[in-house]
This record gives sequence, C-alpha cells and structure tokens, in this order.
Amino acid sequence: MTRTLVVVGHGMVGHRLVETLRERDADNTWRIVVLGEEPRAAYDRVALSSYLDGKSAEDLSLASHELLDDPMVDLRLNTAATGIDRTARTVSTSDGSGLPYDALVLATGSRPFVPPVPGHDLDGCFVYRTIEDLDDIRAAATEGEPGVVIGGGLLGLEAANALRLLGMRAHVVEMAPRLMPLQVDEGGGQVLSRLVGDLGLTIHCGAATKSIDGEDRVRSVTLADGTVIDTGVVVFSAGVRPRDELAQLAGLERAERGGFLVDEGCRTSAENIWAIGECAAVDGRCYGLVAPGYSMAEGVAEQLLSLGEGAFPGADLSTKLKLLGVDVASFGDAHGQTEGALEVVYANNAAGTYAKLVLSDDARILLGGVLVGDASAYSVLRPLIDRELPAPPEQLLLPAGSGIDAGALPADATVCSCNNVSKEDITTAITGQGLTDVPGIKGCTKAGTSCGSCVPMLKNLLAECGVSTSKALCEHFPQSRTELFEIVQATGIGSFSELIGKHGTGRGCDICKPAVASILASLGHGHILDGEQAGLQDTNDRFLANMQRNGTYSVVPRVPGGEITPEKLIVLGELAKEFGLYTKITGGQRIDLFGARVEQLPLIWRRLVDAGFESGHAYGKALRTVKSCVGNDWCRYGVQDSVSMAIRLELRYRGLRAPHKIKAGVSGCARECAEARGKDFGVIATDKGWNLYVGGNGGFTPRHAELLAADLDDEQLISLVDRFLMFYVRTADRLQRTSAWLESLDGGLDHLREVVVEDSLGIGAELEATMQHHVDNYSDEWAGVLADPGKLAHFVSFVNAPDAPDPAIRFVQERGQIRPGPVSLPMPAIPNQEVLT
Amino acid sequence: MNWQQICELDLLPPEYGLPALIRNHPVALFRTRDDELFAVGNVDPFCGAGVMSRGIVGDRDGEPTVASPMLKQVFSLRTGQCLDDPDARLPVYPVRRRADVVEVAVP
Ligand SMILES: Cc1cc2nc3c(=O)[nH]c(=O)nc-3n(C[C@H](O)[C@H](O)[C@H](O)COP(=O)(O)OP(=O)(O)OC[C@H]3O[C@@H](n4cnc5c(N)ncnc54)[C@H](O)[C@@H]3O)c2cc1C
Ligand code: SF4
Ligand code: FES
Repeated sequence: MTRTLVVVGHGMVGHRLVETLRERDADNTWRIVVLGEEPRAAYDRVALSSYLDGKSAEDLSLASHELLDDPMVDLRLNTAATGIDRTARTVSTSDGSGLPYDALVLATGSRPFVPPVPGHDLDGCFVYRTIEDLDDIRAAATEGEPGVVIGGGLLGLEAANALRLLGMRAHVVEMAPRLMPLQVDEGGGQVLSRLVGDLGLTIHCGAATKSIDGEDRVRSVTLADGTVIDTGVVVFSAGVRPRDELAQLAGLERAERGGFLVDEGCRTSAENIWAIGECAAVDGRCYGLVAPGYSMAEGVAEQLLSLGEGAFPGADLSTKLKLLGVDVASFGDAHGQTEGALEVVYANNAAGTYAKLVLSDDARILLGGVLVGDASAYSVLRPLIDRELPAPPEQLLLPAGSGIDAGALPADATVCSCNNVSKEDITTAITGQGLTDVPGIKGCTKAGTSCGSCVPMLKNLLAECGVSTSKALCEHFPQSRTELFEIVQATGIGSFSELIGKHGTGRGCDICKPAVASILASLGHGHILDGEQAGLQDTNDRFLANMQRNGTYSVVPRVPGGEITPEKLIVLGELAKEFGLYTKITGGQRIDLFGARVEQLPLIWRRLVDAGFESGHAYGKALRTVKSCVGNDWCRYGVQDSVSMAIRLELRYRGLRAPHKIKAGVSGCARECAEARGKDFGVIATDKGWNLYVGGNGGFTPRHAELLAADLDDEQLISLVDRFLMFYVRTADRLQRTSAWLESLDGGLDHLREVVVEDSLGIGAELEATMQHHVDNYSDEWAGVLADPGKLAHFVSFVNAPDAPDPAIRFVQERGQIRPGPVSLPMPAIPNQEVLT
Repeated sequence: MNWQQICELDLLPPEYGLPALIRNHPVALFRTRDDELFAVGNVDPFCGAGVMSRGIVGDRDGEPTVASPMLKQVFSLRTGQCLDDPDARLPVYPVRRRADVVEVAVP
C-alpha cells in the first residue's frame, strides 16, 4: 500500500530525507510530496559562498536528474506550507491547496536573525542565507567601497570574504571580544584576527552596533563607541533562529528557545509529525550544522520504513574550515568547560599558528581543542575525543597524523563525523569488500565524501588493514610512474633499455613500455619513433593514427581552436573522396577521416602536410584539442577573444605527452558554449580576464572542472596552465586523467592551488621552464616521419608484399559512406603448432 | 619444410614486430632483444583484425610475449597461447635466420 509523506522544506536536510528514503524504499511504500518555498530545488548551502567565487547555481544543486524524474517524488517549488490541520491530516499551502498526509516531516531550517537596531530595514541591508540573498548583495556591491558585516562568527567571516571577493573593503563588527567566539578561545581568536587582518579585513571586536543610518538607503553604520563607517552595504550575520511558525498554527510544542520540540527520535508532540534539521529542537536543543541534520534525516527515514528506532545519536559539533585561506578547527569541549579540565597551549606567533588541547583533570583523556593557522592534526585528534591519549600531547599536534598511527584509535571511534562512520565501519568495509583505495572507501561507506577532512585518516586505515598500496608500475618496475619520472629527470637516462637495466627487471611489457615512452617524450627525448622508442609505443603512437576495430586507422589533423579555412576544408574533402575515407566531425571540433590502411597513412599525410596541416595527436596520450566558442569577435555576449586564446593554448601545448589525454576549452563568457568545465582545463572569460578551471572530465565518471584561479590576465593564465600541466605530467599515475589525479592528491584542490598558484613548493619556475623546453623543441611528428625513409619503411601492409592490401579488411556502405564489414568469429580454424612441426 | 624468405634482418629491429604475407597466411614476425625470432598468426582471434604484429613485445615471468594492440590480451610468442584466456591461441610458424635474411615456413 502506498502512503503519502509530505516534507515541508526542500533544504539540505529535507533533501537528504527524500534521498535516503528513495534509496531504501525498494517497494515504493511512500509517495513523497515536497514543498519548497525557495524558487529552486535543494542546493549545497554549506558551499553557498562559492557562488561568488566561480560556482553556478547548477554546480551547487543537490538534486539529481534521477530524483527530479522520480515518479514517486512530487517536488513543488515556490510553494510554502501555511498551516497544518492535525485532525484532517492535511497541510495547507500558499497556492491554496490542501494536501493530505499520512506522515509529515518539517524541515524548514532557520532564518537569519536581524537584531532590532535602528535602521536595520533600510535598503542596502542584507542577510546571507540563500542564493537570492547573494544575488542581491552582488547587485548592491560597489568595488573599492567599504562594506560592513555585523557578526564575527563563522558565517560573518564568510560573508566578509564574499564582500572582499566582490571588490569591497570589508569591516566585521563583533560584539564579543574575539572572532568566532563560539568555536575559538581567546588565544586562537587573537591569531585569527591577525591572520585575517593581514588579508585586508578591518575587525572591530567588542563593538556593538548603535544604529544604521540613512533615509531610504544605508549611508553609514555607527558603533557604540562613536565610530562611524560610511557604507552602502550591510550584511547581518548575527546568528539564526529556527523557522517554527507552523508550530503555533498547528498547536505543536515549541522549545524554550524556539524550534519544534522533538524527542530523540525527532518526533514532535503530535502523532505522525516529525521535525528535522535546523528547525528541530532535539530534547530542547537546536543544531546549526548540517551533519546533525543529516543523521536526523536518516533516523526518520528508518522509522518511516519501520527499520528501527532511528534515534538521534547526538551531534559532534566539531568543525574544521578554511576561512579566507586560514585553517580553523574546533572540536569537543573547545572551551574547557568540563570540570577540572586542563589546557595545553602551543602558540607560534611567528608562524601564525595556535593550538590548544583540552585534557581531563588527570591529563589522560582528550576532551577537545582549538587549532588556528594549521589544522592538519584535526583528522587525528577529532576521533580521539573522550579517549585516552595514545601519545604525549605535543606529538599529537604534529602535522597530519605523523605523530600517531591509526592503530591507536579504538574501533568505535568516529573517523568521519560528517557521515557518522566509525573506524570499525571502515576497516570492515576494507577487509570485507576488498577495498584498495580511498575512492573505494568513499563509495562503500560515504566516509570522506563531505568535508574531506578525514581523508588522511582513511589512507592510514588502508595501511593498517595491510592493503599494500603498492605503487609498482608492473612486474618489471617496482617504482611508480612518478618515481620513474623523477629517476629519468634526475639521471638523464634516455632509453628504455638503460632504465630497465638499471632500475627494473626483465624485458618490459605493454604497461611499462608506453609509460616510459611517455616520460621520455615529456622530457623531450627526440621523435617518438626514433630507434628503440618505436617499439615502446602503443599502436596508435607507433603509426601516429588511431586504430579502429578492423585494424584500419583514422586520421585527425590539428585544427587549432576549431578554426579552419575553406581551402583547408576542401583539401580534407578531396582527400577523403580520393582515398574513400569515412568522414565525421569530432566532439573536439575537428574532422576525423576513417578507414585508412597502414600503407596509405604516409600518402595521406604527405598531402596534408603539403597543405599546411600537422599532426593532431588524436592518437596520443597528449594534448588533444582546445575547443572554443566564437567569442567576442562575433558573439554579441562575448567579453573576451576566446578563439585567439584557444589557438594560443593549443599551439603552446600541442605534442605535450602526458599520463593520459588532455582536453581543454575556452569560452568567451559565462554562458560557456565551449563546455570548458567538462575539460581537463577550462578557461572562461570574465569582464576582467579569465577564470581557470581544472580537473574536469566527460566520459565514464563525468566531473565538472573546479575553479583554480579567477580574473587572470593572458600571461598569468599561461603561466598557471604551464605549471598545472607540468605538475600533472610529473606526478600523476599512468592512465590517470587530471580529474582522478586531483581527487587522489592529498589536500585536493587546496593543495593544488598552493603548489600551482602560491608556489608553496618553490617549483613554479622549474615547471614553467620544463614547459618552455617542450614548447621550444616542438616539431610536427608526421613531418618527421615523412622525412625519414627508415621510419616510413614500417608503414607497410606486409614487409614482403608492401602494396598488397590486407585481405582481412572489408568495408560495407552505410548512409553513403564506408564502415567496417562484419567479421566472422571465431576465426577459421587456425593451424596450430602440432600440425606444423 | 617450405621455407620462404621474408626480409633482411635489419629491417626488423629488436623488440619489434612486422607483418608478412605467406601464401595467403598473414603472419606476424617478431625479434626480441636477445635476437630470438618468432612468427605467429597476425590475426587477433578476439576481433578478427590483422594487427598482432603491431603489438608491444615484452615478457611475462620470463615468457616472451606480445600484447594485442586491440584489446590488450597477452599471448606467448613461443606457443601462441593466450595467457589471459585459455581458449584463445595464435598459430605458430617455424622461423629462422639464414645469413642475414629472415625465413618462415608455412604448411
Ligand atoms: C553561508 C553558510 C555557510 C554554512 N557553512 C556551514 C558549514 O561549513 N558546516 C555546516 O555544518 N553547516 C554550515 N551551514 C549551515 C547549513 O547550511 C545548515 O545547517 C543546513 O542548510 C540546514 O539544513 P536544513 O534543511 O535544516 O535547512 P535549510 O537548508 O535552511 O532548508 C530549509 C528550507 O525550507 C524552506 N522552508 C522554510 N519554511 C517553509 C515552509 N513553510 N514551506 C516550504 N518551505 C519552507 C526554506 O526556504 C529552505 O529552503 C552554513 C550555512 C550558511 C548560510
Ligand atoms: S560562451 Fe559566451 S561568448 Fe562564447 S559563444 Fe557562448 S555566449 Fe558567446
Ligand atoms: S569528516 Fe567530513 S567527510 Fe569525513
């Protein structure tokens, strides 16, 4: 029997409920109607600020197509619940309908609290909660002018950063004597104030707002001490209040300080009505973080499916975040409120780091702590809360678990607090499912999929379970690709046989040979078919063309940026006609000619090279194309010349050999017609220059590229792409696309940004120099073959009958062109060894 | 034995393969680093295309091998047996070197 669940609020928590229920309700026992007051489906509010830093509303969206198309889910946007009739069991809505329910879940979240200071409702006053709020703030922001944020907590600092991103000079007014008073202690607050002050924020702590002044619009803000800040933009970030208006209308009990009062199963005082997320006061207490909301949602889903009690396990209010580039973490009893608590403090004013551990009165149990400036010890410390210290406190503060290993953690310690996954859950999954890497753990347990701060610990756990994260390339080399790259670079070894002789065993195979060939090519060791190198190449590289299913090849000349003259198009057409080739336009804005036999390749390429074409490297693990839209030359929306930039990038990186193929795109404005964010690197024009996105991927596991740096000028863009690509070429595994590489990097995008943009390893100049070496030494591979009779000699159908076409190749016609004919498998009886000898 | 001359040894570099046509049999010739010669059928039994000579030569546990360039199955050069699938096998032909010429025998 199908019953109806009504969910009020499609925010992060309401969405998690729907998702969890649909995942587990295999028999479709619940039809779900979701009422969402906002004009869009649920989005990642936690990442809201990134909306001003390059992400779009679609990027933030949490609702998958599957869910939106799910016939069991009826999502009504722009529709608010306005009342509940408990006797009739209906919910009334803003569009006037009455919805019957069998179960009702309230997930209405919170509203920002606006303190009643005079002038709080003038134009120019904003809150910071929804995408629409951010649109409004963006529209009101004036570059170079001051902007004021009232409230210096976590959200206030995010809002201040948002103003900064919009070009404003941000002031933060905080009533408490320090920033982030809820999370950080006084010492941490001081370090934090200094660090964010260095970034250009003006901090007013211990300051009350007296009034906001102006006639219709905000003109200035006056503080209690008489300070006046001239500003046209004020953002309130002074805490939130649960949205519990429906309580009174429906006669539901409220908690003393607001929120629908619920028990630990999230049940309200009325039958069949639950409340979850920020609007729920579990045993009287509201939680302003998403993780507790998620466990409430999962608990209620369990109850709805009668799978269990779904009791709220209590919340871990630990947080780790990067605010304006500053690491801040706070966990457990951060303020030492437990009786007899001892504090151990390490402060390094020179480095701008601060760490405090709160210990039990006998100094044996870890109760909590605060980290500012460097929070790398967080992933080790958080699971140790309320446990005996496995090592002296100073050792625990060493970076990223170098102090202790995972073995010291008890089995039931929570390793991933976002998703409430214990050490035991993870180790069981590793051994039970035979997992071998972090993505495997993410897929199986959800650990590591939210904030990512537990990922270093996941790696430790893999090691503890004896998963040898063997990096050996294959049976012939114990080293990883990265290590081999370093050996080749450091020793200057120039051939495979020397490398395997000195650093490997045996003769090699189809795994290590192409990998080493690629390393040699990346470091500029001559033509890829020179001497011994020819035998290392995969067949595509060996014949500089793409092998197709019947053993013929396809030919793709380079068309930089997709721009091509009519003359060149005619050459391609004539060639295809003459050699009877199948032609198709590729996704990368080029023309692919299929069905060429090995012995025809040099003939075709002679003509192409004469007409001014060069190899397109469609066959190589190399830069493929830089796709572009027409940009501001033609398009009326364009803000930059995307075609020129695409051509410049394509010509710069053509021929660059890499661990996998590299695709790129350049769009002339934010409309993104070149689909640049589906590429390994994507460039999108802005009013001020270019935004650079990295790590995008179509294919098997699509992934949007992420913003690496914004508003770059041409030269800055080129130097960052140089560094990004070279760093990838150097450190990625064999056949690892940039997206997988980025996911496997310790510290992910932040780390990449540190290395590439901030040059934290001091290798920026060297990466650029290696790229320049590549650029200076580029020459067309096909021209190189045509000029060398020794290389040409291998482009034959048969050595002893060079002109006899392979009889196995047959074509049939389809839509006026050729395609491979059918093959009969298994092959006609093959004479075997016994017969022959 | 019906030996046929195929090509000069110099044309076939070490760790490399070349295709030959012997009385309508497509054959893939290989020469390894230690100058041993092998000849197997050129047609990949998994896809029916004449591509084995274009595969990468190597060894698995010391056994000389070639990997199909199409779907990467590895075959022993000595026996023609596919090392990734017991049901697949390439024909093997006697091959020798006379003076500096490679010769293959077919039935
Ligand atoms: C800028 C920012 C940064 C944050 N950073 C973090 C962080 O780093 N870590 C963290 O844990 N948390 C963070 N949070 C808090 C986190 O976003 C919330 O805890 C989470 O969104 C709560 O989810 P929810 O579903 O309870 O509420 P919401 O996401 O607010 O969703 C409630 C939804 O219900 C709708 N609604 C309300 N009343 C009705 C009605 N009567 N009818 C129909 N619809 C209704 C609302 O419009 C809203 O869409 C952040 C919040 C913000 C704003
Ligand atoms: S991305 Fe912008 S500039 Fe380029 S074609 Fe589309 S709308 Fe025009
Ligand atoms: S702790 Fe946030 S993802 Fe694991």
